[in-house]
Amino acid sequence: MTTHEIHERLKARFGDDVGPLSEPKIDAFCVVKAERIVEVSRFLAAEPGLELDFLEDLTAVDWPKRNVIEVVYHLLSYRHRHSIVLKVEADRAAPVVPTVEGVWKTANWFEREVYDLFGVTFTGHPDLRRLMLPDDWVGHPLRKDYQEAGGWHGISNVRENPLVELKRLDDQRRAEAAAKAAPPAAPDAAAAAPKA
Amino acid sequence: MEKLILRRVDRQNEEMILNFGPQHPSTHGVINFLVETDGEVLKRATPDVGYLHRSIEKIGELVGYPGFMPYTDRVDYVAAMFANEGYAIAVERLLKIEVPQRAQWLRAISCELCRIASHLVSVGTMVMDIGAFTPMLHGIRERETINDLLEALCGARLTYNYHRIGGVAFDLPEGWRDKVLHFLDHFDKFLAEFDRLISFNEIYVKRLANVAVIPGPMAINYGLVGPNLRGSGVDWDVRRDLPYGAYPNFKFDVPVGKGFFGTAGDSFDRYYVRCLEMAESSKIVRQALDSLPEGEITAKVPRNIKPEAGEALGRVESARGELAYYVISDGTNKAYRVRARTGSFTAMCIIEDISRGLMVADLVALISSLDVVAPEIDR
Amino acid sequence: MAARMDPGIGGEVTLLHTSQLDNLINLARASSLYYLTFGLACCGIELMQTGGPRADLMRFGAIPRASPRQADFMIVAGTLTYKMAERARLLYDQMPEPKYVISMGSCSNCGGLFQLGYSVCKGVDKVIPVDVYVPGCPPRPEALTEGLLRLQEIVRSEPWSTKRRPAAQAEGA
Repeated sequence: MTTHEIHERLKARFGDDVGPLSEPKIDAFCVVKAERIVEVSRFLAAEPGLELDFLEDLTAVDWPKRNVIEVVYHLLSYRHRHSIVLKVEADRAAPVVPTVEGVWKTANWFEREVYDLFGVTFTGHPDLRRLMLPDDWVGHPLRKDYQEAGGWHGISNVRENPLVELKRLDDQRRAEAAAKAAPPAAPDAAAAAPKA
Repeated sequence: MEKLILRRVDRQNEEMILNFGPQHPSTHGVINFLVETDGEVLKRATPDVGYLHRSIEKIGELVGYPGFMPYTDRVDYVAAMFANEGYAIAVERLLKIEVPQRAQWLRAISCELCRIASHLVSVGTMVMDIGAFTPMLHGIRERETINDLLEALCGARLTYNYHRIGGVAFDLPEGWRDKVLHFLDHFDKFLAEFDRLISFNEIYVKRLANVAVIPGPMAINYGLVGPNLRGSGVDWDVRRDLPYGAYPNFKFDVPVGKGFFGTAGDSFDRYYVRCLEMAESSKIVRQALDSLPEGEITAKVPRNIKPEAGEALGRVESARGELAYYVISDGTNKAYRVRARTGSFTAMCIIEDISRGLMVADLVALISSLDVVAPEIDR
Repeated sequence: MAARMDPGIGGEVTLLHTSQLDNLINLARASSLYYLTFGLACCGIELMQTGGPRADLMRFGAIPRASPRQADFMIVAGTLTYKMAERARLLYDQMPEPKYVISMGSCSNCGGLFQLGYSVCKGVDKVIPVDVYVPGCPPRPEALTEGLLRLQEIVRSEPWSTKRRPAAQAEGA
């Protein structure tokens, strides 16, 4: 079945809650209303003839200009070898999307990852904690306006230019060599030379 | 810091919570498991990942399209060719360019050699985790030969950076074909030797058969891919079912777990599917070398890559199953969003549910039979 | 002449009579350095192959140990993230004195390829002191072997009994 046919069946079942299929810029997608996503998922996963039983990917994209965060669902059917891409739009200030963990178990970790890196809250999720970053991390790094905090727990995130350090070592070595080469009578050089 | 302390939950029974990892030889990289045990029996093992979260997806938005290629190597360092290819395919779909035939064949050859190398590490470390050290050295020895071959091809032992957007970086060096054929002749014999050495060893089979069974429908629901999925008896391979590159031109079987010594979907099936896949890869490399077409190795790609706005998914069958790159372009010379969907990530999320009621030693068998590598989970 | 000053005796007394014994002990130490396998990322695979049959690190007396309490030095192989940095310090503190650290690969030297990343520690020397830096991404087994030989030189050339370092000497610690 082509993506168009799947989309038509979705349209027939859910009406205006399923948006139009995007222009075919390589991979087409359709936007679904956030509150219907669980029903749509259940329908797609179980309906005979569709059976999109494999949640291939679940991720998010941040669009600050449109003030939305899109959650993207890639679905694939092992039996029929067809696929469709769904998107759900959520408000950037407080993004909330219902969880599809009840339909595909694998959504559990995908949603935790999106929560961690984008800050999208999935209502009904059994275990919504940060996945990748430490629990006390501030901010959601894959958002476009994320600012690095500058280190973590006292570990600075600045690394000095190695060339500066090399020059310092070079100068030190040169000074030592000069001190050695100088006659021992000179008091300055004797003080500067290491005792051992 | 409470998590770091081993503690008894209750004085009455033997229940305790302890950390397994992140620095542990059997966790295959830096993964932490919070293990709740009652004596030897696991109540639960909760994976705690992110110790190797290297912000690769963010870096994909900061560097240009060709500049991201070396980073894809580090998404899966045990089988870096596939990560290269997946990203290249995604960007090629965005650019709508056709890869020359010779480049597609070279991609298939390099990828299949890489698959053998990756599976050698996988089965080798698995045997080591179960308790036998020598077979791992056998695996590493063969892997060294493949490393040499791939080094002759692209100049690197581990992080190849060989595939480019629109083709591959280098053509075959002189005399390389004969070296590969010579290695494959030796390798087919080695596989039989490896089976005799360890695969059908009674102790080894007993440690793995009927341990941590994942039934097929459960594997699909949890999104397992690749050898883990096929070990559960689901006959699916991206190379055959959603063909890409040169693969429609080769004949190969897709090994499926059917309970070689126990139930379909147990740890031994997942292990042995990998052994069988290595033989198939060897077949593919021979066919590809025999039918290698002449011609260009890269398509005409503009120096400054600026795909028009849109999004594309590029999927390949990696050594750890389906590896998909989801790339969104906004018309500039940097990707708006790069996302890597990896096999190990979903393989990890099944561990918590499967581990209930396993013995502690079987947890190691489960982890190593799923063949997870840390950077693929964390990226 | 490995003569050394002993500040404990008071004054500048040179203990010449133990120098030959020191040499012997240092030779023994340098030739049996057990390392803690701390494979973090890509370099971990090269570390594994260095221990494998071709490069064979064991012929220099370096044997992998899984426990920090049995290790003489630590090979930090791969990218260190902030989440892992605390664990690295913990493992380092658990190793018995005298202890050394080899930083393997660009990532653990300075953050390497991942300096742009928000979650990557820019060099393991921000957390623990490092004795030998091995460059490369990842370094070849030969390079790591060279790093081990350099470490053996360091071990041979310094008095074994006074080698003590405070746990939190590193920058930022």
